Amino acid sequence: MDKNKPSVAVYKFSSCDGCQLSLLNMEDELLSLADAVDLAFFIEASRATKPGPYDIALVEGSVTTPHEVERIKEIRQDAKFLIALGTCATAGGVQALRNFADAGEYAKIVYDHPEFLHYLPTATPIAEHVKVDLELWGCPVNKAQVIEVVVALLNNRKPNLPLYSVCLQCKRRGTICVLVDKGIPCLGPATIAGCGALCPANGRGCYGCFGPFRDANVPALTEALQKVERYPGETMRLYRGISGNAPLFVKAADAILSTSKETK
Amino acid sequence: MKTIEVPALARVEGEGGLYIGLENGKAVEIRLDIYEPPRFFEGFLHGRFLQEVPDITARICGICPVAYQMSSVFALENALGIKITSQVRALRRLMYCGEYIESHALHIYMLQAPDLLGKESAFEVAAIAPDVVKNALRLKKIGNAILSAIGGRSVHPVNVCVGGFYQWPDAGPLKKLLPDLEWGLATAIDCVKWAMTLPYPDLEIDYEFVALHHPDEYGVIEGEVWSSKGRKLSIKDYEKGYIEEHVKHSNALHSHTVDGSTYLVGPLARLNLNHEQLLPAAQKALKDSKLKLPLKNPYKSLIARAIELVQFYEEAIQLVKSYKSEGPAHVELKLKAGEGAGATEAPRGLLYHRYQIDDHGLVTFAKITPPTAQNLPRIEADLFALAPKIIKMPEAEATLTAEHLVRSYDPCISCATHFLKLKVEEKEK
Repeated sequence: MDKNKPSVAVYKFSSCDGCQLSLLNMEDELLSLADAVDLAFFIEASRATKPGPYDIALVEGSVTTPHEVERIKEIRQDAKFLIALGTCATAGGVQALRNFADAGEYAKIVYDHPEFLHYLPTATPIAEHVKVDLELWGCPVNKAQVIEVVVALLNNRKPNLPLYSVCLQCKRRGTICVLVDKGIPCLGPATIAGCGALCPANGRGCYGCFGPFRDANVPALTEALQKVERYPGETMRLYRGISGNAPLFVKAADAILSTSKETK
Repeated sequence: MKTIEVPALARVEGEGGLYIGLENGKAVEIRLDIYEPPRFFEGFLHGRFLQEVPDITARICGICPVAYQMSSVFALENALGIKITSQVRALRRLMYCGEYIESHALHIYMLQAPDLLGKESAFEVAAIAPDVVKNALRLKKIGNAILSAIGGRSVHPVNVCVGGFYQWPDAGPLKKLLPDLEWGLATAIDCVKWAMTLPYPDLEIDYEFVALHHPDEYGVIEGEVWSSKGRKLSIKDYEKGYIEEHVKHSNALHSHTVDGSTYLVGPLARLNLNHEQLLPAAQKALKDSKLKLPLKNPYKSLIARAIELVQFYEEAIQLVKSYKSEGPAHVELKLKAGEGAGATEAPRGLLYHRYQIDDHGLVTFAKITPPTAQNLPRIEADLFALAPKIIKMPEAEATLTAEHLVRSYDPCISCATHFLKLKVEEKEK
């Protein structure tokens, strides 16, 4: 094929498939994308594959099996630029909730014969295993952000991604603060923008699926959230959710757990 | 022994492989290997607050998150003994229309049709028939637009809660979709005609079809679990008819009936059991197609999906026209301990959930039976039926025929990592 076109490979690790689907959901852009790049390895879309190395690897999912530990190393060797796509790939995803429990116990709950299974006790982000060149957060990723990243790479510039919290997106779209106005627990102040503040716009609190906003004032937010809890432990569970294995949220949940132990 | 090995499948959602062992022209062993890693949803749901459940179960599948949200909220509402309003019910059906449209358009055109057209992907199809693929993408986009208008985004929408919706979506963006929906209905009718012209491999299987049945509408939410063998069960008694077990070669659980037989869920089952409940345009599309029901060829589930595409475009138009954002968007919850089951028809078939909750609303038990777990033993049995035919074929054709069969099920084992390699070995007897 055209040698000037960058080759792209798309891989799936432990995940729901939603981030890859976000690629197929670019209905207006998909055919132009297939024109602009060489989709050399994209199994969900095509049986035809070309051998690596590839210019860009998009990796969805987290590492949860011994086989995946090996596979991600091979993929890294084959890729010039590796992008971790979505919250599973960047933080471990919802399946990383096992990291705070006994995965063996979980296996017993779900399967009659856990001894048949091959899995690791933890679900971990791609960057814990190999060098990642760019992380794109979101559960699922925002397809406009995926397009921005691809276009930026094609034009050899830095992608323009938000560095502020969901709060700013609420202000921009004119959504009244659900936490202040309605007393609904909302993780928006500690969550990186990217979704478009969908949850507050739908009358509910943010549950952090785009991962932490690194400059958040977490202790202040925890205090504010604990005042409006609708059931015991809600604040801790908010942190320990879809992005629960992201370091900032791990710390926030641990802080609550250690305080509640002290008060007992 | 001759063996056919398929390490991994393309154009399916998930990681799965295939092994066929043949002796004297007969299949002696067939396995569909699921190595999509286990994620233990039913494990980490323990201790979560019930209102978190639909957000968590959505993450089981990026292609049919609405199904996972719907089965869980119905189950939890049953556990609390609450009834949703008819307005909430209508909006849930509209949301489901969006999911069926995006999921079926994806499967028909991008996952299965390339097999029937001798192509490796929809991109290759686009090179010979650009209009087909452009229409496919537009059909799919409209489904996603319904989901975004109701739930903020199409993958893992955020507006579904136990009791209803967090808030009514604005009517404006939904009503604006009407011209697109009208176009979609006309295009879906053409899709059925086009689907009838495609060259399907011959294969007729005497399936036991299982689907939700509702007397007043095409069964998607609520109703009874019907089987073509006459078994009729309420949703809460589902587990009295169907059992799930764990088999060694698979990270997915396998289901069978209490009599130990395999059964089929999904579009063929729904169409065969519920065609009388189709809306008029879908009825007409079915009649004009001159299809004979029951449809027993798994490859032809593409046609069933196309007829459902008509059904859900037609229903979406009705529901958008009658949509009003008035009254409470959700029932207020009164927490109490309890147990509840819920089932809805995901695009790939019956999806059953059962939960126990304590009096704080925290989950103490969760059971989820996805459609693909129910179909896996049936896919293997179909491959048994196919084996004598494919063993005589050249290797590439045999691979494609077996692969195509698995793909026609639209298995939700979420996208494969290696392309399918078929290895045929002739061993000394």
